[in-house]
Amino acid sequence: MAVMSYLEAIRETLRQEMRHDERIIIYGEDVGVRGGVFRVTEGLQKEFGEDRVIDSPLAEAAIVGTAIGAAVNGLRPVPEIQFADFIFPAINQIVQEAARIRYRSNGAFGVPLVIRAPFGGGVHGALYHSQSVEAFFAHVPGLKVVIPSTPYDAKGLLAAAIQDEDPVLYFEHKAAYRSIKGEVPDERYLIPIGKADLKRTGKDVSIITYGLMVNYALKAAETLEKEGISVEILDLRSIRPLDVEMILETAKRTGKVLIVHEDNLTGGIGGEVSALIAEHALFHLDAPIMRLAGPDVPAMPYSPPLEHAFMVTSDKITEAARKLAKF
Amino acid sequence: MKGVGTLASLNMTPELLKEMYYTMALSRALDDRMWILNRQGRAPVVYSANGHEAVQVGAAMALNRGEDWIVPYYRDLAMVLAYGMTPREVMLHLLGRADDPNSGGRQMPAHWGLKRRHILTTGSVVATQDVHAAGLALASKVLKDGRVSMASFGEGSTSQGEFHEALNFAAVHKLPVIFLNENNGYAISVPARKQMAIMDVAARAQGYGMPGVIVDGNDPVKVYEVTREAADRARRGEGPTLIEAKTYRFVPHSSDDDDRAYRSREEVAEWKKRDPVITFEKRLLDEKVMTEEELKAFQQRIKDEVNDATEYAEKAPLPDPATLWQHVYAD
Amino acid sequence: MAQREPVSGLPVDREKLKTMYYYMVLSRRLDERMWILNRQGKAPFVISCQGQEGAQAGVVMALDSQVDWIAPYYRDLAVVLAFGMTPREVMLGFLGKADDPSSGGRQMPAHYGHRARRIFTGSSPVATQVTQAAGLAWAFKLRHEAAVAVAFLGEGSTNQGEFHEALNFAAVQRVPLIVVVENNGYAISVPQNHQMAIHNVADRAAGYGIVGVVVQGSDPLAVYEAAHAARERALAGGGPTLIEAKTYRYTAHSSDDDDRSYRSREELLREKADDPVVVFRESLMRLNVWDERQEERLQQEVRAVVDDATEYALNAAMPDPSTLMDHVYEKD
Repeated sequence: MAVMSYLEAIRETLRQEMRHDERIIIYGEDVGVRGGVFRVTEGLQKEFGEDRVIDSPLAEAAIVGTAIGAAVNGLRPVPEIQFADFIFPAINQIVQEAARIRYRSNGAFGVPLVIRAPFGGGVHGALYHSQSVEAFFAHVPGLKVVIPSTPYDAKGLLAAAIQDEDPVLYFEHKAAYRSIKGEVPDERYLIPIGKADLKRTGKDVSIITYGLMVNYALKAAETLEKEGISVEILDLRSIRPLDVEMILETAKRTGKVLIVHEDNLTGGIGGEVSALIAEHALFHLDAPIMRLAGPDVPAMPYSPPLEHAFMVTSDKITEAARKLAKF
Repeated sequence: MKGVGTLASLNMTPELLKEMYYTMALSRALDDRMWILNRQGRAPVVYSANGHEAVQVGAAMALNRGEDWIVPYYRDLAMVLAYGMTPREVMLHLLGRADDPNSGGRQMPAHWGLKRRHILTTGSVVATQDVHAAGLALASKVLKDGRVSMASFGEGSTSQGEFHEALNFAAVHKLPVIFLNENNGYAISVPARKQMAIMDVAARAQGYGMPGVIVDGNDPVKVYEVTREAADRARRGEGPTLIEAKTYRFVPHSSDDDDRAYRSREEVAEWKKRDPVITFEKRLLDEKVMTEEELKAFQQRIKDEVNDATEYAEKAPLPDPATLWQHVYAD
Repeated sequence: MAQREPVSGLPVDREKLKTMYYYMVLSRRLDERMWILNRQGKAPFVISCQGQEGAQAGVVMALDSQVDWIAPYYRDLAVVLAFGMTPREVMLGFLGKADDPSSGGRQMPAHYGHRARRIFTGSSPVATQVTQAAGLAWAFKLRHEAAVAVAFLGEGSTNQGEFHEALNFAAVQRVPLIVVVENNGYAISVPQNHQMAIHNVADRAAGYGIVGVVVQGSDPLAVYEAAHAARERALAGGGPTLIEAKTYRYTAHSSDDDDRSYRSREELLREKADDPVVVFRESLMRLNVWDERQEERLQQEVRAVVDDATEYALNAAMPDPSTLMDHVYEKD
């Protein structure tokens, strides 16, 4: 057991899985010699060689499309899209191809593929280095979408994604890379995709969230506890499939639900989660479902006041949960 | 007598040449039957290989069939037949039957995919298969499995970004892949001159640092030879090749298209003089590779196969609606 | 008194040569100041033009900023300055201030855009500007306007599908487009031979049926000539041109990058011997267009301009958080 950062957990998992399974290859822009622009893949090319850690040309559709072909032909590609914001040229390959290949071939072909992409804001990345893109993909049957919140989960979910027979999008929050640290066991383990994690039990308000926001919510819960408000936190971990059972359980337990994400409000995961609660647990609610999310502007601006106005923070979560508790 | 330019002078057995012809003629007959079924209201849509048989069969037969990967496009009926898909399987697919091995009745006709013969499933968005073939080849390079991959596509799809990305990627990494362009001069209704400001798709190869080869797509033997050479290069680790086979489609883009709106009957008639099935048949007879008796036997066998496939597929069950939910994920 | 004289085989106005040099020096000094501000913690991010000024100024001098459109990329500081963006405007964008004309403080630094100065706004995903510039040029053609659109990009971007789609489209439609590839040999850390299996990006032009030219980026006059010829060709209906300027970037990709992990200091020093600012100054002196006294005056002038821009922008107001919701649609 070692304490490591979120980023180190991802790197060490890649290393461990690559040592264990020769079929795993990594490629993407700057992942080789440079070790990735965030250093996630640092040292991996040195250890595994240029055939398994490949610097690709600057072409996202090709990165994903060739990964599909390589997956069908017996490899386990783990391509990296340098920033989630740059995934859109590859949408055709991800949505139209990877997600549909099993279905359209009536089960003949599968695409065991993990696309890693750093996402999220609060890092002065502006419109094109700050986006949360998970909702685009969570809409698509055939894809799985996971977003770890801790180094422990980062490892277990990444290993599970690599072993999965279907395409998995694995989103890593940039602001979590170095700021979030935690204990990570040395041995290999899996966290099943589709299983949420109850981070904290409480009786007044349930906060349902994922990724970096889990950490912010935990901080908010501590503040609120001092005020006598007891907060329960559910970390979804997997955006598709959702853990419906645990979502309904927490909603029924506290009767007050706050859903938090950094992604834009409209059409975000919050809408889906609240629809599930409304359909299956409406009469257990003591207050209308509340959503706290990124505002409906196209993306996050650069200048600090604007960036701060966009970002969902611990303070904003505290304020929203307090309001909900008092309803 | 062996001499330059004769079939006998080639490094090809009479059996292979006859199999080539048989597959081309079978494809044509199956294709014709599909149109009949469509006009009778028994099949909603047809995409045709009619006119492309020589390039498809010539290229497919130059590969280790069933071992090397092919990633075909919707016009490649003759190619998938050459690669081992049966006429029954083709018809099951056309009619959207449960046992369609391409997709279980999910995809439109001519969206090929047959795992046991290493034919990768394909979608409708053009040029996506180019990057897939590069990826298959990337795996072959890493796994050292000795396989070559081949993507085939129309000239219209070479305007897509993924064509560019695939060729560039394959060239940088010297991947064992062949890009086969079946240039029939039209992207549905758009002629090549409005598609690109160059005469030959093959001219693009130099921009990636790979050889670009132009070949007469109506001559299956020439296509076989250049594809063979490209496959040999690929297996030697010398990287990809772009082959442009000049050909023509004799029918509209699909059964929903009317090509009279965009090309003259004279133009079609001119190309039909070089119908690959007819010219190759004549050549095999003239050069005594095939006898009249063998031809008659082939024709009978083709007729039987097409009838059998049609009958078999028409009687085959449609998919159970409950299968709608299957194969979204591996379970 | 000779007003014009043959330079590099082409009549080039002496004043134009001086202007070209001025913008090269100005952008170098402004760029250097940005790094200082970054290291002082006053600016979170810099992305640099250093080493590419010759290619940039050379192209812009061949354009008409009153009618043409440009679609630059993030390394094009000298391009936008020479095309009319002021140092104050650049610094406002660099520091994310409310009056930043590129984006009102919304985009990262170096994401230039200026409607009044005919600089089209750009984003971070590379090569998107090439299709857009083809569209700008197409409109010129359809409206029979005598103007060109110019897209700038790095060589890494030429591997994107959109580069291919743009050049093919522009060639088929014969639109008045100039595509300038500033080939500095690296896409962040990935050297050219890992990006493409060819030596010259310009070789790709043949695959579209257009003219492709290779020029030395440290020779702004050669760049100017190529751009001038391309513009003339475009205006005459001859369609697009692909210009590849061989250049080098002297800094890391950005202030968040460390280039020591992927290129040697020896290589960098070797390349710096061909510094476009120095090489051009020396050739201007050889041509008697320039002397030490003028150089001294210019450096003073530029320092004052850079100081002014810095001070002005540092004192300028930050955007009001309430503007976050502005401009999602035309009317809110």
